[in-house]
Amino acid sequence: MTTIELAQTRIQDTTNPLLNIAIFGVFVVITLAIVVRVSRQKSSAAGDFYTAGSAFSGRQNGIAISGDYLSAASFLGIAGAIALYGYDGFLYSIGFLVAWLVALLLVAELLRNTGKYTMGDVLAFRMRQKPVRAAAATSTLVVSFFYLLAQMAGAGGLVALLLNVTSGFGQAVVIAIVGVLMIAYVLIGGMRGTTWVQIIKAVLLIAGALVMTVWVLALAGFNFSALLGDAVAEGGAASAKLLQPGNQYKNPIDFISLGLALVLGTAGLPHILMRFYTVPTAQEARRSVTWAVGLIGVFYLFTLVLGYGAAWLVGPETISKAPGGQNSAAPLLAAELGGTLLLGIIAAVAFATILAVVAGLTITASASFAHDIYTNVLKNGEASPKDEVRVARLTAVVIGVVAIIGGILANGQNIAFLVALAFAVAASANLPTILYSLFWKNFNTGGAQWSIYGGLVVTIVLIIFSPVVSGKPVSPTTGKSASMLQGVDFHWFPLDNPGIISIPVSFLLGYLGTVLTSKKDPADKLKYAEMEVRSLTGVGVEKAVHH
Amino acid sequence: MSAPLEKPDASEVGPPTGSHDWEKAQAEPEFQELRRRLRNFVFPVSALFLVWYLLFVVLSVYAPAFMSIKVIGNVNLGLLFGLLQFVSTFAITWWYVRFANKRFDPLAAKIREELEQQ
Repeated sequence: MTTIELAQTRIQDTTNPLLNIAIFGVFVVITLAIVVRVSRQKSSAAGDFYTAGSAFSGRQNGIAISGDYLSAASFLGIAGAIALYGYDGFLYSIGFLVAWLVALLLVAELLRNTGKYTMGDVLAFRMRQKPVRAAAATSTLVVSFFYLLAQMAGAGGLVALLLNVTSGFGQAVVIAIVGVLMIAYVLIGGMRGTTWVQIIKAVLLIAGALVMTVWVLALAGFNFSALLGDAVAEGGAASAKLLQPGNQYKNPIDFISLGLALVLGTAGLPHILMRFYTVPTAQEARRSVTWAVGLIGVFYLFTLVLGYGAAWLVGPETISKAPGGQNSAAPLLAAELGGTLLLGIIAAVAFATILAVVAGLTITASASFAHDIYTNVLKNGEASPKDEVRVARLTAVVIGVVAIIGGILANGQNIAFLVALAFAVAASANLPTILYSLFWKNFNTGGAQWSIYGGLVVTIVLIIFSPVVSGKPVSPTTGKSASMLQGVDFHWFPLDNPGIISIPVSFLLGYLGTVLTSKKDPADKLKYAEMEVRSLTGVGVEKAVHH
Repeated sequence: MSAPLEKPDASEVGPPTGSHDWEKAQAEPEFQELRRRLRNFVFPVSALFLVWYLLFVVLSVYAPAFMSIKVIGNVNLGLLFGLLQFVSTFAITWWYVRFANKRFDPLAAKIREELEQQ
């Protein structure tokens, strides 16, 4: 029997599509019921739809942030990358975690005190409304789109694995169901409902990973070193260097570039930034991040065990030839450990993960479009909150449809990888702009436009002409090129991740744009004074809440 | 969808506008002290953890032989360095929260209360 057949039989033996659907169905019914229940408390105000009236506590928000952040890429992607590439996969989780220090120290609290709903709010505080809001909304939509694509691509792979849906059409139908459910959560529950879905999902995901981690460690006699040894021994030649750097990234600069994008991207992700507005004060925003760092850190320690555990118990060859490829390492490990039932539970958790993250992305993108573009650019800030929410809901539907189509097209792409690209765009277009606007008094409208649009264009151009899109050699095992497009090669940029070029270039562009336009459009000193005092002391924000 | 008598949303009330002389507030020595404290903490600490993280990344790619030296059983220097990144992230989070609670929040609250009484 070939390894491909072996992998398929193994999955068919342990997969019970009906059971998987039933477990997932229970999750959907319970969360929908909760979403409907919490949505009864809401008013039609925009603040309610976008940020749940800023009424969540730091702990609740911290758990929800973990739910928002621990995407399918974190769970399926990192576990798979560690199983196949060992040490190089571990880099993802470290970058994803250290990144939270940027958010904690430099962004979260100041952002909470200066904005209301979107990233555009912070920039518009002291710059010309229309141009900076248009820029902020553009980059929000682009980052969210990349991120959405990653999640939906993950959904496709998961479906292939769990329901034995191998036909393209069947997978497309399931991706469409995920999309429709996501739209329902957002429309019914707004930010309050979405947050609860994320909280429930975070608890399930972390609990599920904990169970599997303890299980794997128990099989290894609670000896981590023995687990590593077994993982290397099991894979034969393919795993010989599993504990050493350099398995996935042959080019050292590529590894550094990825590392930079991961560590600087988080604090520029619009759906993460928006979560800081769901708490009432800067202190609660700080508490949110503290909780998130703890939960996310512990979760990534679990994925280390799960990844090496999958390499040991499932084996790299089975994983890479399974439907869904390396993304299937964690579900395959679940099947190996607990058979049909655990596979069903872990699969439902992974689905829930995708659903919750996608809902969070959708609400962010629709808030940005409705609040920044519709109300403040198109309607000169004069749209009624009711109108704005109507536009936001409509946008959510459009984004849902786009996500479904994109997910069907991106089906099968490596998701940790797609997410890394979203991080590169966020680190380049958003982070420099946010930091300059919070800390640099001369930063002006021109600078913001240069850093956002410049960062976006540089990053996307470098991605399009990178080996990710075209020109990777054809792999002898799968008979396909690892690039997105097959059979063409127009790449000239050597790196998979553009971060090492695009991030410094964006910082430079923000600086140049400011210096070159400051003569005819100087920064508003008075507004900067107000922003600085407000951002540091929380004046006004606190008052509105306590009364 | 909404009850007729609902208390206004916190975020709908919004901050009072134009009621302060912001430049004067910004120039106050107490505010300058607050700003100094924040920047003196967050900028050096950010530089520190970024350098520490990049050191880990650079060593991983340029000194794989060094990172592959086994320390405890199969756990090599690279894995140990990676796990230390977890430890340092937790430690810096704790350090910052302690700084913010003790050195930042009390002064920020004092300035805020003074401003809100005006």
